[in-house]
Amino acid sequence: MMNCREATRLMSESQERKLLVSNQMLLQLHVMMCSGCHNFKQQMGTIRTRTREYAKRKE
Amino acid sequence: MNDNQSKTSSQQMSNLLADTEFLDDIRQQMLRFATLQLRDSHLAEDAVQEALIGALKNAGSFGGRAALKTWMFAILKNKIIDILRYKQRVVNVSSLLHGQDENEDEDLSELFDSKGFWQVDERPVAWGNPEASMRESDFWRVFEACLDNLPAKQARVFMMREFVELDAEEICANLELTLSNLHVLLYRSRLRLRECIENNWYLKGERNDELS
Repeated sequence: MMNCREATRLMSESQERKLLVSNQMLLQLHVMMCSGCHNFKQQMGTIRTRTREYAKRKE
Repeated sequence: MNDNQSKTSSQQMSNLLADTEFLDDIRQQMLRFATLQLRDSHLAEDAVQEALIGALKNAGSFGGRAALKTWMFAILKNKIIDILRYKQRVVNVSSLLHGQDENEDEDLSELFDSKGFWQVDERPVAWGNPEASMRESDFWRVFEACLDNLPAKQARVFMMREFVELDAEEICANLELTLSNLHVLLYRSRLRLRECIENNWYLKGERNDELS
């Protein structure tokens, strides 16, 4: 099984480019079974949205 | 571009420039960006000023807000890179651009065990919705502090990617990084930022709930 370190690395990388299909599948499998990485995945989305809000926010 | 089109766009442009709210907003955003990149509010102020003047000088050919904003940030980004290069030469602070302040092989064993699984107390928790219990402005204070806490180089690539929304190739070209350097830096920045926000916002929010 893919470990959390590799899974988080790939989740970060997927924000810049499409992952290989084989990696996507292994990652999906890992995230389904690991609550920490599942949360990490949600948080990557939150951080991206929040940073864009931050850029557009008024003082 | 024919005459009609160029008339329309210069008309649009003068409308945009008369819109002080729009300019204020963009100035604020640029300032925030420059301050985080340069870690010096005076230098940031100067860079933004110069970028705005530069942008407005050639403001003729822009069709709208989005285009103008992108362009202003492009100018600002180049100013920042110039300043960083200059600083590097003058003060010889090599850490600013090609830093030693962050080792790309930085040890992640605080986060992951020897098999690469989360250390128990580092495992990300569900963030839920603490907005309800803490003020939005507090969130932004934490968020800003966490950005500030990133090592300089990580902060720089993170902001270029997520704040200015440049793509990976553009960032690499600008900072003379390889794509794999960039992936590593972004990965580290996200790990740190995530942890910082979780510790200072989400966990505190929950604790506050329990107290109240």
